[in-house]
Amino acid sequence: MKVLAAVKRVVDYNVRVRVRADGSGVDTANTRMAMNPFDETAIEEAVRLREAGTASEVVAVTVGDAGSEEVLRTALAFGADRALRVESDAPLEPLAVSKALAAVADREQPDLVLMGKQAIDDDSNQVGQMLACHLGWAQATFACAVTPADDELHVVREVDGGQRTVAVALPAVVTTELELNEPRYIKLPSIMKAKKQAIERLGLAEIAVDGSPRLELLGVSEPPPREAGEQVDSAAALVDRLKNEAQVI
Amino acid sequence: MGSEGAEREALGYDVVVVGGGPAGLATALHLVQQDGGEAPSVCVLEKGASIGAHLLSGAVVDPRGLDELLPDWRQRQAPVWVPAGQEVFRYLTGRRAWTLPTPPQMDSHGHYVGSLGELGQWLAEVAEAAGVEIYPGFPAAEVLYDDAGSVCGVATPDRGRQADGSPGPAFEPGVEIRARQTVLAEGAHGSLTQAVIGRFGLRREAQPQIYGLGIKELWEVAPERHDPGRVEHTVGWPLDTFTYGGGFCYHLDERRVAVGLVVGLDYENPYLSPFEELQRLKTHPAIRPLLEGGRRVGYGARVLPEGGWQSLPQLSFPGGVLVGDAAGFVDVPRIKGIHTAVKSGLLAAEAVQAALTEGQGEAADLGQRVEQSWLRAELRPVRNIRPAFRWGLLPGLAYAAAETYLLRGRAPWTLGHEPDHRQLKPAARCRPITYPKPDGRLTFDRTTSLFLANTNHEEGQPCHLVLDDPEIPTRVNWAIYHGPETRYCPAAVYDYEPDAQGQQRLRIEAINCLHCKACEIKDPAQNIRWTVPQGGDGPGYQGM
Ligand SMILES: Cc1cc2nc3c(=O)[nH]c(=O)nc-3n(C[C@H](O)[C@H](O)[C@H](O)COP(=O)(O)OP(=O)(O)OC[C@H]3O[C@@H](n4cnc5c(N)ncnc54)[C@H](O)[C@@H]3O)c2cc1C
Ligand code: SF4
Repeated sequence: MKVLAAVKRVVDYNVRVRVRADGSGVDTANTRMAMNPFDETAIEEAVRLREAGTASEVVAVTVGDAGSEEVLRTALAFGADRALRVESDAPLEPLAVSKALAAVADREQPDLVLMGKQAIDDDSNQVGQMLACHLGWAQATFACAVTPADDELHVVREVDGGQRTVAVALPAVVTTELELNEPRYIKLPSIMKAKKQAIERLGLAEIAVDGSPRLELLGVSEPPPREAGEQVDSAAALVDRLKNEAQVI
Repeated sequence: MGSEGAEREALGYDVVVVGGGPAGLATALHLVQQDGGEAPSVCVLEKGASIGAHLLSGAVVDPRGLDELLPDWRQRQAPVWVPAGQEVFRYLTGRRAWTLPTPPQMDSHGHYVGSLGELGQWLAEVAEAAGVEIYPGFPAAEVLYDDAGSVCGVATPDRGRQADGSPGPAFEPGVEIRARQTVLAEGAHGSLTQAVIGRFGLRREAQPQIYGLGIKELWEVAPERHDPGRVEHTVGWPLDTFTYGGGFCYHLDERRVAVGLVVGLDYENPYLSPFEELQRLKTHPAIRPLLEGGRRVGYGARVLPEGGWQSLPQLSFPGGVLVGDAAGFVDVPRIKGIHTAVKSGLLAAEAVQAALTEGQGEAADLGQRVEQSWLRAELRPVRNIRPAFRWGLLPGLAYAAAETYLLRGRAPWTLGHEPDHRQLKPAARCRPITYPKPDGRLTFDRTTSLFLANTNHEEGQPCHLVLDDPEIPTRVNWAIYHGPETRYCPAAVYDYEPDAQGQQRLRIEAINCLHCKACEIKDPAQNIRWTVPQGGDGPGYQGM
C-alpha cells in the first residue's frame, strides 16, 4: 500500500496570535511556525503503517511557499520516504488545496491519503472531504483508530457522544483526530538526515490548478478581553454573588 | 536518573556550540567564515523551540561586534533597525522625574534599537547558509568527559520520561554530540557552564558572579506616542536606594516599545518582588502616558551577569571555551552585552580554530586574546561602578561620576562581590511591601502576563526544578525569609500551601518557567537546581 500524507505549516499552537491592527488578518511575521498538530498524527500513522509492513511507501506533500518545506523536513524526519511541495506563494483556499492534492494523487497513485481533519489556523475542515469528492474515492473523517483489513480499512470515527466504526474500500481519504496516536519524538539524527534529503516541487500551473481566491475576507477580530477575575472572601460570599450578581444559581 | 549511556547514539563534529544566542551564533559563523583550509564542522544546539524563542534583551545594540562579524550586515537585510536617537537618563521619585546628564557610557549615538530575538533569527539564517548546522529544540543537558577528564562533547536530554523518571511509551533516549571543542554559549548562569566552572575550578582567581533580573514587557503604543529610536533609562523609584536597578523604555519600529526593569539580585528585603516593581514603574507619571491607549503584546524575564571584568572566569578548559554571558561579558553600566557577546564569540572562534589546527586540546590563549582586544579596554575601566552601588544610589552615582570623569577608569583598586544568595535578610528584620492591585490595563498580575510569554512545558515529564532537600523550603525559605521565591520568580512557579499538619509546603508549577535562572541564583540555601527540561519547552518569545 502506498500512502500519501498531506501536511500543512501553521502558527505553532503554543503561540498566541495577534490580529493586525487593521483587522485584515493575523500577524505572522517572525511568528514561530510548526506542523499542524492534526497532520502530525496523520504522518505518524502513515509511518506506523509502513513500519508494520502494511504500507510500502509514505510520501509527504504540502501546498505552500518555500518556508513550508520546513514541515516536509519534519515529515521526512518522522520517517516519510519522499516529500513533495506544490508551490504557491499566496495562501490557497481549501478548494484550491484539495484540487492540488487531487492532482498529486493522480500522479502518485496512492492507495490511501491521510491528513489532519482540519488545520488549526483557519479551522475549515474541508480539504479532506473535497479531495475525496474530486477523486471519487471513499472517505472516513475524524479517525481515531485505523486498522487495515484485506483491501479495506476499518476506521473508528469520533462522533458526538461516542465512536462509530466504518469500513472503507481502498483507495480512500482518511482525516485524522488527535486521539489517533501520540506522535513520536523526532530523533536528532533523523532531523540531520532529513536536512539533506531532496524535496520535489510542482508548480500550480504544471498541474493546472487555478489558485485564485473565491472568498472575500470581511474581517478578523480577537475574542473580547476577559474581565479580570475577582477573589471572594468566603464560600458564602461566592454563593451570594453568584445568586444576586451573576444570577446563575 | 540513570542516563543509560550505552543506548545513546553518538554523532561527531569538530565543534559543538551550546546555545543559539548572539555569542554562540557569532562563534559558529566565524568558525566557518575563516578562510584558508577546510572549515570545521560546527553544530549549534538550542533549547528553545526556535532560534529567538528564548532570547530576551532590551535592546539597544552597539554595532561594534556585528561590524566585525559581518561588515556588510546593514546591506544584508538584517532585521530593520531603528537608529538610536534621543537618549534620556532620569532619576525618578514617587511623583517627579529629574533629567540627569547622560553619562558618556550611556550615550547611544550610532547604536540601533531592535529585538535580540529577531537579530538571532537572522544571524541563524546567515550561519546556516554558511554551513553551520543549527538544531533548535535540542538542548544540551549533560557534559561528556573523556578518559583523561577533558570535555569531549555534550548530550541532549532523554525525552518521554514520566514524572517519576521512568521511561514512558514514547521514550526516546538523548543523543551524544561528540566534538573536539565544546563552546558553552548558554547565556547567563548556564547549567552546563556552572558544572564546567566547578569541575575545572575556572573561578579560582575571579570574583563570584552576581546578577540582575531583567523583566520586560513589549507594548504596541498609540501612534502619537511612538518616537522610534528614543532610548530612556531611569534610576530611583520604585526601588529603594539600597536596591540596585533601573528601568528602560526603548522605542523600536512598528509602534513597539520595550519597557523593563532590571533589579540587582543582591537585594536584601525578601518581600521585594521585581515583577511588582516593574508594574509600579509603569504607573509613574513620566511613563504612564506613553503606555495609555496601547496594548501589551509580550512579556518575559531573564537574568544578566553584573559582576563585570573581575568576575570573568578562566575562559578555556580542556576541550572547550566559554563565551558571552556564560562567561559574563556584559558592560554593566551600559547594560549592554550583545556586542561583547559577539566579540567574545569572534575571539573564541579564532582561538578554537587555532587549537584545532595545531591539535591542541585546550584553546588556552583565549584569555590572552581577550586581554589584547577592545573587550578589556571597554570592560576593565568600568569594573568598579556596579559594586559602588552597594553604598546606595546617590553614593553609587557619585562614585560612578568620579570614576568616569576623574579617575577615567584608572583606579588602582578593584571592588569585589558577594554572591547574591547571601544577601537576603531575615523577613523579621525587613519591612513588608504591599503592592497595589493590577488594573488589567496598565498593570497586570503574573498569571495573565505569562500568556504573552507563550511558555509551556510538556506535562508528565520529571520536574526540571529540583530541590536537593525537600524540607529546606519549609524550614528555611518559609520560616526565615517568608518564601522569597514566590516573589522573585517572574513566572509564579513557586507557591506555598499548608499541608495536613499546617506546615507550609513549597509547590512548584514548573510548566510556567521562563528559564530566567533567578531561583538558582537567589535561593538563600542554594537548594533549588534548575535542570534542562526536554527539548523545545520553555518560553516562546516573539520580538523580545
Ligand atoms: C532585560 C535585559 C535587557 C538587556 N538590554 C540590553 C541592551 O539594550 N543592549 C545589549 O547589548 N545587551 C542587553 N542585554 C544583555 C544581552 O541581552 C546579553 O548580554 C546577551 O544576550 C548575551 O548573549 P549570549 O549569546 O551570551 O546569551 P543569550 O542571549 O542568553 O543566549 C543564550 C542562548 O543559549 C540557549 N541555551 C542556554 N542553555 C542551553 C542549553 N543547555 N542547551 C541549549 N541551549 C541553551 C538559550 O536558550 C539562549 O537562546 C540585556 C539583557 C537583559 C536581560
Ligand atoms: S522557576 Fe526559576 S528559572 Fe523559572 S521563571 Fe521562576 S525564577 Fe526563573
